[in-house]
Amino acid sequence: MSEEGHFATTNILVVGTGGQGVMTATEILAEAAIALGHDVKKTEVAGMAQRGGVVSSHLRFGRKVLSPQVTPGSADVVLGFEAAEAMRWRHMLRPGGLVLMNSGRLVPPIVELGLYAYPADPVGEIRAAGTHVVSFDASAIALELGDIRLGNTVMLGAISDHLPFPAEVLERCILQRFASKKPALVELNRKAFAAGRQAAEEAEKAAAPA
Amino acid sequence: MSTAASVSTRRPAAASRLLMSGNEAVARAVWEAGARVAAAYPGTPSTEILEALATYPDIYSEWSVNEKVSLEVALGAAMAGSRSFCAMKHVGMNVASDALMTMTLTGVVGGLVIAIADDVGLSSSQNEQDSRFWGRFAHVPLLEPADSQEAHAFTLAAFALSERFEVPVILRLTTRICHVKGLVTVGERSEPAVAGFRKDVGRWVMVPSAAGRRLPLMFERERNLRSAAETSELNFAETGSDRRVGFITSGPAYMHVRESFPAAPVFKLGFSYPLPFDRLRAFAEQCERIVVVEEVEPLIESELKAQGIAVAGKDILPLSGELSPQILKPAIARLLGEPEPPAAPTPALPVFPRPPTMCVACPHLGVYYTLSQLRNVTISGDIGCYTLGFGQPWNALDACISMGASMGMALGLDKGRSDAEKGQKIVAVIGDSTFLHMGMQGLLDIVYNRGNVTVLLLDNRAVGMTGGQDNPGSGRDIHGEDAPRVDFVRLVKALGVRDERVHLVNAYELPVLLRTLREETKIPEPSVIITSQPCVLIKDYHALKPYTVIEDKCTGCGNCVDVGCPAIHVTRRDRVRKASGREVDLAFVRIESAACTGCGLCLKPCAPDAIVHVDTLAMPIKIVKTS
Repeated sequence: MSEEGHFATTNILVVGTGGQGVMTATEILAEAAIALGHDVKKTEVAGMAQRGGVVSSHLRFGRKVLSPQVTPGSADVVLGFEAAEAMRWRHMLRPGGLVLMNSGRLVPPIVELGLYAYPADPVGEIRAAGTHVVSFDASAIALELGDIRLGNTVMLGAISDHLPFPAEVLERCILQRFASKKPALVELNRKAFAAGRQAAEEAEKAAAPA
Repeated sequence: MSTAASVSTRRPAAASRLLMSGNEAVARAVWEAGARVAAAYPGTPSTEILEALATYPDIYSEWSVNEKVSLEVALGAAMAGSRSFCAMKHVGMNVASDALMTMTLTGVVGGLVIAIADDVGLSSSQNEQDSRFWGRFAHVPLLEPADSQEAHAFTLAAFALSERFEVPVILRLTTRICHVKGLVTVGERSEPAVAGFRKDVGRWVMVPSAAGRRLPLMFERERNLRSAAETSELNFAETGSDRRVGFITSGPAYMHVRESFPAAPVFKLGFSYPLPFDRLRAFAEQCERIVVVEEVEPLIESELKAQGIAVAGKDILPLSGELSPQILKPAIARLLGEPEPPAAPTPALPVFPRPPTMCVACPHLGVYYTLSQLRNVTISGDIGCYTLGFGQPWNALDACISMGASMGMALGLDKGRSDAEKGQKIVAVIGDSTFLHMGMQGLLDIVYNRGNVTVLLLDNRAVGMTGGQDNPGSGRDIHGEDAPRVDFVRLVKALGVRDERVHLVNAYELPVLLRTLREETKIPEPSVIITSQPCVLIKDYHALKPYTVIEDKCTGCGNCVDVGCPAIHVTRRDRVRKASGREVDLAFVRIESAACTGCGLCLKPCAPDAIVHVDTLAMPIKIVKTS
């Protein structure tokens, strides 16, 4: 965090919908924290996640982690993979925390059927509620790089400068993971990480109060 | 067994610290304990235990047809002297308990550990149960780990306890053990000698006389287990400087207590049945008052009260759902008459609900779209992805209780119908794995008792909801190897459904499906319609060319939206007044072609033929419709 050392435990909540790679992204964040010698707990309710439902993955790391859940009002960062989901979980943030979010939207059938409305301006509504938001279209970046599935690496790039450890540690964990599982995708993920990192930095500058 | 083969190169070295879920940690420990047989039926949150175990060498693992069979397989192996293991979700033990309640009399030879995973908070279950009751009910010991490291250690301890007392041991897990990853120090496998099965009818044949002789042994064992719990290291007290409230707790609730009240004395129960009353009483005497923090029923609390130990518990804490620091802190503040900590400083913003949906191109979509077209029908449902058919846009499932219940409920709805419901059609919907688990008997009952029920057997060759596991209907075993595949047509005919009442239908051929359903629901005898297209998440499924919508041709009728496919998106809504004066809502659509896998379910309802393959957009094409 910007206030490094102030919090005994770092709490990160990664949110999105089933199939976006939320759980994998959180696992990579956990690996990075472990690599630096932190105690780590990571949890999610994953029962119905595969069916396009809401996924929220909790990550806590520090000297010693007890309860695995990030409680409302205690998250240092909410990393939102989808615009409405970032909005749904904003209350988990501690005062002064950061919502770092993809402005890309995934509209569920329940909205297509006309039963509910998608929020007109999720970013604006979060900001209006007094929350510090950094937002950019990670879905568009992933598609531009050729695969929507790169979205989670883009988002990890975005959070990499908001962690209590250097961005390179996280990048190394991602690339190692691909090197062992899908070596052909290492370069693409390196690009996605860098693109996410840059997009978040630019978005933060744009959002900074004048 | 050769030691060389027992450790593959993929296995981490001893004393490695790994990031593991509770499920993975249990699997690792089962393997390390030298268990030779492991069996389970998939069920959230327990599924990953057997999935992980299946990757280890030198252990036989299987997907069983149901939890009762899995427990019986494990018992048989333990009778033969092998260490054995079985895992299930909480409701699984309801099915398996018939075996449990008598195997507590026979006991075991090889260690037998039964992991029961409670879905506290109902993330993916039809109810919330507290499986700790089974320890008391069956008079067997029960261990409750609090995190992944303990899940590993307690599994090893459970095998030792099981062999020391010749008793099956329950390892009680919850979602926040199963699906929490933490660091675990692991070890290597050791393989105890296997005694082999020794014939002993007085012990293994539970006729009344023999069972009666074993009852006193069971109660003697329970007394000895209580003594063991009194000295067990799995139970321990932590002193604290703030003695106003002492906590007695077990499982993941311990972590919440420790986090919330770092200065309080805490008694942590890991070996929580039978309870170590002497130690608990001594602990209670050192504190001004005691609060029992347990998930989820007041079980320890009731037992302590019965012992005359004054405690608080569910009078100040919720009776259902997960506990967390955010629940504990205000409750204890109220108890102490202190100001409550402020609620979350940032209130929740209102957002639409996002319930789970069926997948793009799911074969169930067509079934429920078709069922939603039927009138005067009552649909008895079952447990699986297809339970989602109760929701929008289909509204085509009227009941769901327990595994296989669609069959019996349908027969009861038929036999118990009111005079006003004489013309009502009764349909039962059940998946392949659920049918094999506990539905076959219900269908036999429908046939035997001449019920007027149309059964839709949705064979998607997978246990879909838990992630596409194999089963006897998939033709593959737990390792993905070829296995005998049940023939559903022959099976239902063998149960007595007449040949001409059994139909095999392609789940994507909507007109055939609708016609068959209409015909069969008219005939007053049992019939079975089997759909046989694979789950889109398993390797049997092959994606086809994606579709798109020709924008100018879309009339906004919105019929395709009623299929419920998540790849169909509304681009624009409108309201027009027809010549008749009636106002009609329009919804113009597009198809997310990157997500579409070309099942074609949306073609049939599309009146203006506006949906075409992506690659044919450039050329004029006439879609041939089947009706």
